[in-house]
Amino acid sequence: MLAFLGRRILIAIPTIILISIFVFGMQKLLPGDPVLVMAGEDRNPEVMEFLREKYRLNDPIPVQYFTWIGNALQGDLGISLRTQQPVTELIGEKLPVTIQLAIMALIIALSIGIPAGVLSAYKKGTWVDWIANLVALSGLSIPNFWLGIMLILLVSVNLGWLPASGYRPLTDDPLQSILTMLMPAFVLGTGLAATLMRHTRSAMLGVLRSDYVRTARAKGLSEQVVLIKHALRNALVPIVTVTTLLFGELLAGAVLTEQIFTIPGFGKLIVDAVFNRDYAVVQGIVLCTGIAFIAMNILADAAYRVLSPRMKDA
Amino acid sequence: MTISKTLGLALVLGISATALFAADLRIGLQEDPDVLDPDQSRTFVGRIVYASLCDKLVDITPELVIVPQLASGWSWSDDGLELTMTLRDGVTFHDGTPFNAEAVIANVDRSQNMDESRRKSELSSITGAEAVDDLTVKFTLGAPDATLLAQLADRAGMMVSPTAASEAGVDFGLNPVCSGPFKFVERVQQDRIVLEKFAEYWNADSINFDKVLFLPIPDTTVRLANLRSGDLDMLERLAATDVTSVKEDGSLQMEQAVSLGYQGITVNVANTDRAANPLGENSAVRRALSLAIDRSVINQVVFEGAFAAGNQPFPPTSPWYNKDFPVPGRDIEAAKALLEEAGFPDGVTVEVQVPNNPVQMQLMQVVQAMAAEAGINIELLAKEFATLLSDQSAGAYTASQVGWSGRVDPDGNIHQFMTTDGGINDSHYSNAEVDGLLNSARVSNDMATRKKDYDAALAILQEDMPIIYLYHQAWIWALDEKVQGFVPYPDGMIRLEGVSLSE
Repeated sequence: MLAFLGRRILIAIPTIILISIFVFGMQKLLPGDPVLVMAGEDRNPEVMEFLREKYRLNDPIPVQYFTWIGNALQGDLGISLRTQQPVTELIGEKLPVTIQLAIMALIIALSIGIPAGVLSAYKKGTWVDWIANLVALSGLSIPNFWLGIMLILLVSVNLGWLPASGYRPLTDDPLQSILTMLMPAFVLGTGLAATLMRHTRSAMLGVLRSDYVRTARAKGLSEQVVLIKHALRNALVPIVTVTTLLFGELLAGAVLTEQIFTIPGFGKLIVDAVFNRDYAVVQGIVLCTGIAFIAMNILADAAYRVLSPRMKDA
Repeated sequence: MTISKTLGLALVLGISATALFAADLRIGLQEDPDVLDPDQSRTFVGRIVYASLCDKLVDITPELVIVPQLASGWSWSDDGLELTMTLRDGVTFHDGTPFNAEAVIANVDRSQNMDESRRKSELSSITGAEAVDDLTVKFTLGAPDATLLAQLADRAGMMVSPTAASEAGVDFGLNPVCSGPFKFVERVQQDRIVLEKFAEYWNADSINFDKVLFLPIPDTTVRLANLRSGDLDMLERLAATDVTSVKEDGSLQMEQAVSLGYQGITVNVANTDRAANPLGENSAVRRALSLAIDRSVINQVVFEGAFAAGNQPFPPTSPWYNKDFPVPGRDIEAAKALLEEAGFPDGVTVEVQVPNNPVQMQLMQVVQAMAAEAGINIELLAKEFATLLSDQSAGAYTASQVGWSGRVDPDGNIHQFMTTDGGINDSHYSNAEVDGLLNSARVSNDMATRKKDYDAALAILQEDMPIIYLYHQAWIWALDEKVQGFVPYPDGMIRLEGVSLSE
């Protein structure tokens, strides 16, 4: 297992280098001058020239890249052009927020998606299946921002049950933190739950038709044991794949969800940074996200090996 | 009788005094401010935070009269080259540093000489500053500057603690220390800025909150939902489309003030060869476009009547507005005649770039429809704002729908845009007569003289029309009914002196 992980991490290094080049290059292709944004409404040429020098924007692009990547290797991702906070500090501040949102959304997605998928496969063709499919289809079709605003109007403005937006750190007040995050996590989670439900259903349908399930039933095992222990475990491999892929969707969805619910996380940081041409922040975040994505994939590969012994040699 | 009246009054006052209680005030902002250093910051929204954090040498009234704040009085020398200010006694910065003439001099030096300073051009007329005594400071000017006091009523006049500024240098904004009614506690970027009451504030009696929280909530619907659910006490920049629903809501109140700025269409008249088109080359075409637009209909349709129609860099409510040129009505026939006279009887096609937000897009679609009826075919080019600005400054545009946030002194709304060497003259408009008038207007301290110059310049600009002014935004605040004593100002700031929460 360790050798496997070591190999995967080594393979990941060139990928990360490619990501860094890509991020840096894309950023430079963006139209719009960051110095013009920084200079303020009256655009004093003297100040603009100073800022260009200070942030080394006059250097050739390859030189800028190597300066950036050299500093990044030493843990210095630069400072935000907009607020002068170090980018690493910003990431450290925002990452836990988005992770909390992602984990809560994933818990909601898994706890709705998997049981609904198992149930609708088991009760295929009945009204249970139809309702589960209808709910899943709605979950996929309703846009996040619409559901978010409707929930705010209903739950916060009309009923006054949950705060309308904002964020409380977990360390500050755990209960309040979870309550504040509940609505955004639900909005983000439902979309994913629908995808998960559809995949669980089709994976379960395949497994339930297989011989060993018939054998298990013939042995007289209870339906519960057949479903959970024999069928679901084998259906889990494609589900893990989907869940890993959903991680990307989760981050992309967080951008919108954080915007609606004013959650100071990664998604909101990157949107503001792009509009303000805050190069250092955009580069830092995309690089981090890329690394996180690779890490998730390595973890997923490790999970396959735990779930399915047949994959040990893969 | 008198006694019982007095008693009754005392009772009423007593009750209302107990009904007012010190508490926290939560204010919803449309954006997250940039760096919190008055010398480096550049956003409008940052200034809203400064209104509670950093006092200025002078302030303005809602009628734009300059009044004392940290300076208790001032006088000009006869030649307009010396400004002597007396300073308020007993003021300290949040870190205990005393406020005096030396502090003022250090602040001016920082604004003028720090490399990162965005205030250089605002204070460029000051060539020297000396302490006459501990509480008197004398500024020497290179040339008379009528705009200086107005500059000192904004970020250039905000006093930061010299001790904190020299220690923190360029990082001052991470932990700002000023002398305003509230001091800085913490900031979580994109989430909150927390200030707490400064007990030693010179005007502490008028401050009724222990804490102020500024919460950036960009989505206007969500910001309003937070106010309705009680998570906010007030918000700035209510969307014009929400005005009716707030008015109908008994638990909310609304205040508004026409802003100092404007929105319009800036035309490229000589900035690179992109100016070579009928709109850029021919002022008659620009006037035709202006005549094709019904400004009051735009205000009604796009802004629910909440803003003010306009045709000059100053709103019609401003004392600087030239009344000889009132906001024109729509005149399609006159517009067509102008086009024909300019040699375009079959009409013209022009490209206008517009920021890709829904409100500005809607505005330009209405303008597009109106102009089409006069034979002016507008092609809209939606761009993300940073790109739009960059193209505009580089001359890579034909016409651009943009605006200006506005300044207290009229010079700030016109000089840099309309003079040949103006720093933000993206039209590259150049007219020696206008240059002369606008340069002359900025050196006189006599309002009548300045008004004559501006009137003359505006008359020429109505002919040449490098910017087609459309409307003046109004600042709209929505407040919980409990908030009392809020006064709207045309600069859009939130001043908390005298504001309180009642039960």
